[in-house]
Amino acid sequence: MPHVAPLCPAGHLPHKGGDQPAGYSSPISDVGRKAITSKLLISPLVGEMSGRTEGGNVGRILLQLIALFAALFLALTPAHAQSVEELVRQLPEGSYSDRGKIVAQLAATGDVRLVPLLEALAAGELNVVEETGQVVTTAPSGDTVRLTDALTAETAGEASKGAVVRIRVNNSLRRAVRAAIGQLTLMSDSAATRRSAAEAMFNAAEPDNLALLDEALAQEEHAGVRRTMEQARAASILKTDASAEQIAEAVDTISARGDRAALGILTAMLGQADDDVRPAIQEGIKAIEAHLALLDVGQNVWYGISLGSVLLLAAIGLAITFGVMGVINMAHGEMVMIGAYTTFVVQNIVRTSFPGLFEWTLAFALPVAFLVTALIGIAIERGIIRWLYGRPLETLLATWGLSLIIQQAVRSIFGASNREVGNPTWMSGSFDFYGIAMTWNRFWIVVFALAVFAILLVVMKRTALGLQMRAVTQNRRMASSMGIRTPWVDALTFGLGSGIAGLAGVALSQIDNVSPNLGQGYIIDSFMVVVFGGVGNLWGTLVGALTLGVVNKFLEPYAGAVLAKILVLVFIILFIQKRPRGLFALKGRAVEA
Amino acid sequence: MIEKMGSTRRLLGAAALAAMLAQAGPAVAQDETIKVGILHSLSGTMAISETTLKDVMLMLVEEQNKKGGLLGKQLEPVVVDIASDWPLAAEKARELIEVNKVDAVFGCWTSVCRKSVLPVFEELNSLLFYPVQYEGEESQRNVFYTGASPNQQAIPAVDYLMNEEGVERWVLAGTDYVYPQTTNKILEAYLKDKGVAAEDIMINYTPFGHSDWQTIVSDIKNFGSSGKKTAVVSTINGDANVPFYRELGNQGIAAEDIPVVAFSVGEEELAGLDTAPLVGHLAAWNYFMSVDTPENASFIETWHAFIGNEDRVTNDPMEAHYIGFNMWAAAVEKAQSTEADAVIDAIVGVEVPNLTGGTAVMLANHHVTKPVLIGEIQDDGQFDVVWETEGLVPGDAWSDYLPESAVLEADWTDPVNCGNYNTETKSCGGSM
Repeated sequence: MPHVAPLCPAGHLPHKGGDQPAGYSSPISDVGRKAITSKLLISPLVGEMSGRTEGGNVGRILLQLIALFAALFLALTPAHAQSVEELVRQLPEGSYSDRGKIVAQLAATGDVRLVPLLEALAAGELNVVEETGQVVTTAPSGDTVRLTDALTAETAGEASKGAVVRIRVNNSLRRAVRAAIGQLTLMSDSAATRRSAAEAMFNAAEPDNLALLDEALAQEEHAGVRRTMEQARAASILKTDASAEQIAEAVDTISARGDRAALGILTAMLGQADDDVRPAIQEGIKAIEAHLALLDVGQNVWYGISLGSVLLLAAIGLAITFGVMGVINMAHGEMVMIGAYTTFVVQNIVRTSFPGLFEWTLAFALPVAFLVTALIGIAIERGIIRWLYGRPLETLLATWGLSLIIQQAVRSIFGASNREVGNPTWMSGSFDFYGIAMTWNRFWIVVFALAVFAILLVVMKRTALGLQMRAVTQNRRMASSMGIRTPWVDALTFGLGSGIAGLAGVALSQIDNVSPNLGQGYIIDSFMVVVFGGVGNLWGTLVGALTLGVVNKFLEPYAGAVLAKILVLVFIILFIQKRPRGLFALKGRAVEA
Repeated sequence: MIEKMGSTRRLLGAAALAAMLAQAGPAVAQDETIKVGILHSLSGTMAISETTLKDVMLMLVEEQNKKGGLLGKQLEPVVVDIASDWPLAAEKARELIEVNKVDAVFGCWTSVCRKSVLPVFEELNSLLFYPVQYEGEESQRNVFYTGASPNQQAIPAVDYLMNEEGVERWVLAGTDYVYPQTTNKILEAYLKDKGVAAEDIMINYTPFGHSDWQTIVSDIKNFGSSGKKTAVVSTINGDANVPFYRELGNQGIAAEDIPVVAFSVGEEELAGLDTAPLVGHLAAWNYFMSVDTPENASFIETWHAFIGNEDRVTNDPMEAHYIGFNMWAAAVEKAQSTEADAVIDAIVGVEVPNLTGGTAVMLANHHVTKPVLIGEIQDDGQFDVVWETEGLVPGDAWSDYLPESAVLEADWTDPVNCGNYNTETKSCGGSM
């Protein structure tokens, strides 16, 4: 008998008794199935007879012969299987594993009408009309729901909401459905669908799939899809008692794939493989692992850059208020938090008033968040900080108190719980970059952080405001005597720093939770970056943020997240001992002032 | 003052506040009302979870007063804010008991809060009802643990994954503090007991509020690609969950491949999340808002009316307060007294209905019986119960899977009267 993997999902439990005819006599692929059933069952016999002929095997051979005849007999019996319609009607009944079995039987019918039905089932959108037992999808219309027959896609009238019950799915049922959709769409017209079907079969490899895969391979012309199908076929062969050559061949195909999934299949295979194929498997594993080790380095660098860009975003506003102005602003994190809440408010307005523009929420949120936080920043500077220049301890305490006030104010206005800020679709999911998995939201945040940095650099170096800012920082009295309104520049500088913190808040709302505590998590890191990079130097902040990000990410796999953070702190403390002014120290008289 | 009490919730709250601020006030009201202390964080990090519990307590007190109060007296809530600051929690607890003369206190969320107020309750001999699932390994005469102990949440969840999902490889991921560490220690011992090899268990801790999950999620992905079915048992706390689930979704880990079962993610936490990428991930609790019983329906209805917002969810710790409060009320009626000693004697064996259609019984070890439910996250932020224990599970103070605590029992009834009775040496005082 074909070997059945010990760990197949509930939907793929071996078909027992009465289930079998339905599963094995589908009109579509009878011929292919018959052919492969005999091939499969005979080949191990040949292998064993030529290889080993211990007496103990006779019983097994006999059993296999009986199984062979049974399979042939079943394949030849006329279809007295349950119709697709009957099976679909049974779907709402029974336990999750019963439903899994029905899904497997449905897949075996090869009826492509089932694909949308199964997709709806996996998405939890399939309902059953309680009275008639009809399986439908529903669309709300007023107080009632419009029904559509899930199988025929014909409208089936309307019903009250209470009259339909959702067909519940759990994880094992979802797995069964995914595998079933794979089986049903393997012959689809679209290459992408065929490929994802083959991928699904690769992940849920089963000896039963071989017939279907052979059939599909015979007519497949697209090279990429062919490769995936061959991999799926190889994975299925490994689940059978195939001969050593066949296994070796399959192992080759799978190790050529070179990813984690392939490694998983081979590792699982290693435990139960015969001695003669084991070296081949071990070699395959070794090759994949070498390849992955290389990728891991790249992956870690990427994670480091991504963490660094988040640090950069959080710290860059502080680099202005603390770095350029020398104000220890403990309320900086709260500016980030307000930026994130602004995004939440903007998104809510867009959701309710202009739902079509949802994808553009962030574009609207950016200027709004900048303005809101910049104005708050200017108000703070004019109201509190300007009275405290030259008194760092008082500034620290005042802004710390302010941060608590802002937090509690936000908590009172928006509530203590997290607020949901949705990801636009272009910021969800991940893509593959030469084998390195990159998530879109992290990717865009890296781009955004660098863009903010570049713009800030231009503002500081190329605009009148930037010139005045630098002049005031370098020599306040001289600047003042040159006619620069230094208090005005102070306010604007602080506003700019706060505004940029607001921009960071928009970005962070996409990866962190929007809660009153959002800012607290970033304030220490931000100071760390600015001090490490060198106070008063924007480039230092960039290099500092990226260095700390990458170092942290290289330490994390070995030391764990907690220890990595501590190690980074220790490293900074030691570094500051050696170079008190950070990586890029400012030179000149301003430093002494 | 009594007429004011009965009128509206706002007045009640104001009265409580007045009583709190003007400390001369209580002297007048002392004899006419029974005071209930509410000790939760209304500001700071934990406000996210605890504010709701304060509200639910105010609601329960109001409901009880509508029914005529207790022993013919009205109840008066006294709310204090511990501001997520644990030394302050001990001070506030002392203030509640000594200055405000409350008869029972309902409060705390974190284990560190409970641990820091414990000595106060012991010293002043008062009552604390603690409503949150915790790591166990404790039983104190003055404390009633109405949340789940590990055998009422963690162990059944692992059983479910092992038996129903066929999981063979385990990631125990948690925030770095006492609850996850102790729970993971118990789970590790339990898994090894069940024959899981050491290399099939990966334990990972992260700091509070961890937001960069890239490395850990990709580690989980790698750990899960060994050909054995893998699951994550998550004791990740609070805010760190949102970026964790987001990263899972973005890196394409679906619940069908590597399910995550969480012990700290409930309806309230999901309210701040886009749940679409989380569908199918699991949580183990003793109560879900989606449970379809008449008791639950009326509880939700009362809650919505009280809070004035139809969108507010209910969660497990709220049910724990519901059970705890009703047990206390029943014990006070039974003892005909609010004296701590009388209530402690009376409350063991008290039976009150829970919201999932069963009953909660206060056990001699000051834990309660609970059903264990496993729910899958749905796209509407609710849980769909996919499995539940047959019958109720009694709370176990000392885990049977840790060698040092396996021999310990807690029993606060005569003749044992001990929180850490060693069954081998037949003496009180633990294994030490």
